[in-house]
Amino acid sequence: MDGFFSTTPGLILIMAAQSLLVVGFVMISLLFLVYGDRKIWAAVQMRRGPNVVGAFGLLQTVADALKYVVKEVVVPAGADRPVFILAPITSFVLALIAWAVIPFNDTWVLADINVAILYVFAVSSLEVYGVIMGGWASNSKYPFLGSLRSAAQMISYEVSIGLIIIGVIISTGSMNFGDIVRAQDGDFGLFNWYWLPHLPMVFLFFISALAETNRPPFDLPEAESELVAGYQVEYSSTPFLLFMAGEYIAIFLMCALITLLFFGGWLSPIPFIPDSPLWMVAKMAFFFFLFAMVKAIVPRYRYDQLMRLGWKVFLPFSLVWVVLVAFAAKFEMFGGAYARWMVGG
Amino acid sequence: MNVADITFYVYSITIIVAGLLTVTSRSPVHSVLWLILCFISAATMFILLGAEFVAMLLVIVYIGAVAVLFLFVVMMLDVDFAQLRAEMSKYLPIALLIGVVLLMQLVLAYGTWTYSEGMEARLVNPTPAPDEIHNTQAIGALLYDRYMLPFQLSGLVLLVAMIGAIVLTLRHRADVKRQNVLAQMYRDPAKAMELKDVKPGQGL
Repeated sequence: MDGFFSTTPGLILIMAAQSLLVVGFVMISLLFLVYGDRKIWAAVQMRRGPNVVGAFGLLQTVADALKYVVKEVVVPAGADRPVFILAPITSFVLALIAWAVIPFNDTWVLADINVAILYVFAVSSLEVYGVIMGGWASNSKYPFLGSLRSAAQMISYEVSIGLIIIGVIISTGSMNFGDIVRAQDGDFGLFNWYWLPHLPMVFLFFISALAETNRPPFDLPEAESELVAGYQVEYSSTPFLLFMAGEYIAIFLMCALITLLFFGGWLSPIPFIPDSPLWMVAKMAFFFFLFAMVKAIVPRYRYDQLMRLGWKVFLPFSLVWVVLVAFAAKFEMFGGAYARWMVGG
Repeated sequence: MNVADITFYVYSITIIVAGLLTVTSRSPVHSVLWLILCFISAATMFILLGAEFVAMLLVIVYIGAVAVLFLFVVMMLDVDFAQLRAEMSKYLPIALLIGVVLLMQLVLAYGTWTYSEGMEARLVNPTPAPDEIHNTQAIGALLYDRYMLPFQLSGLVLLVAMIGAIVLTLRHRADVKRQNVLAQMYRDPAKAMELKDVKPGQGL
C-alpha cells in the first residue's frame, strides 16, 4: 500500500481525497450557515425563521437546495449562453478553491505554500469575474448595472484588504498561514494574538470583508429596492444556487481569514487548554454570527458613501498603519509585539 | 511523466488555444475572456518554474485589476467587429511587412549573439537555489536593499504620471449633485424637522 501512494496515481488519489474532505467540510458547513443566517436574522426581527423541515428546521437548506436543483434552468433569449452558464460556475469554483491554503490545525492544510495569503488574495480578486460575466451575459439593464457596481466595489475594498494584510505580513515575515498563526502563539493565550497590536485593522478588515463579499450593509450590487436583484436577476434554479452558494462560501472564507490573521487560528485563548481545530471552527462560527448580526441591524449604505469610505477613509488609514507597523517592526518597539519574524529577520 | 509534466502540457496547450481564440473569436468580450484564461495558464507556468510570487502577482495585478477594467471598456464599447475585420484585409500586407522586418531584426540580433569569456560559468547559477531562499524574499532583498533608489524613483515617476492623468481629466462639473458628507453626518432631528400644529379647516 505504501508503495502505491508514493507513485503519481497514488499521489493524485491522495490529493483528490484531501480536497474532497475540505470541500465536504465547507459544503456541510454551508448548509447550516445559511440556516443559521436566516435564524439569527429572524430572531433579531422577532420572527421564528425556518422551523418546518427537520428538527427546528435544520434541514430547511437541504430542501431549498433540492428545490433549486430540480427546477428548470431558464436562459433569457438575448443572453450569451456560454458566458451566462459559465458565470455562476466561476463564482462557485473560485470561492471553493481558495480553501486549499486554509489551515485548520498545525499541518492540517491542503497546500502548504509560501505565498498562501497572496493566493487567497489572487483568488478573491478573480471572484469579481463571476459577477461581471453574469451581469453582462444576461443582456439586461439591471444585471449590468449591478455588475458595474459590484466590480467597482470589490476592486476598491481589495486595495484596503491588501494593505491590512501587509501589516500582518510585516509582523510575521512570512506569507504562510501556518507561520502567521504560529507567530501568534505565546504564554498569554489570547493576548498574544494579532488583534491586540493590530486592533484598528481588525475593524477595518471586518468592514472591508463585508464590502468585498457584497454582504449587507454593502449589498449594493443586488440592492433589491433599486436593482431588483442586481446581477442575479435573470438567474434561476441551479445557476442561481451556485451564485448564492459561492457568496456564502466567500463569506465563510472571510471568517476563516479574520480568525487566522488576527485571532490565532487553532490556538486556544486560555494558556492551559490545548490547541485544537475545534477552536478554529468555533472562532469562524463566531465571526459568521457577527456577519449575520450586521446584516440584521445595519441599514444599507448609499453608493457614494461606500466609495468614499473605501477610498477616503480606509485606504489612507491602512496605508499610514502599514508605515507605522513597518517602523515598529524594524526598531522592535513595544517589546517586539510587531516583530515576530518566523522567517529571516 | 510526473504530475509537473502533465500540468505543463495541459497548460501550455491551454495557452496556445486561448491565445488563438483571443485573436479569432467574434465577440470582443469573448476575446477578453480568452485572454484572461491565457493569463491564468501563464501564471501556472510561473508556478511550475518555482516562481510562485511572480505567478500570484500576475494573477492579482493583470487579471484582478487590469483585465477587469479592460473587460469593462470592451463591454461598453459599441464596436462592430465584423466591420473592423473587413478592413483588416486592406492593411494585411503592411502588417506582414512590419512583422517580417521585426523578425529579421530579431534574427540579426540573436544570430550574432556571442558570450564573452567566462560568461557561461557565471550563467550556471545566476540566482540562489530555490530551496535556500524563498523567491518572495529574494525579490524583496533585490528591490528594497540592492536597487532601493531606482525602485523608489520609478515609483515616483509612476506617481507623477498618475497625478498628470488625473489633472488632465479633472474638470469641475456644475450639473452634478455633490454630497456633503459632514453636513449629512451632523444633521439631527432637531435641525432637520419642524413640527407644526395644523388647525383644522385653516391649513398652514
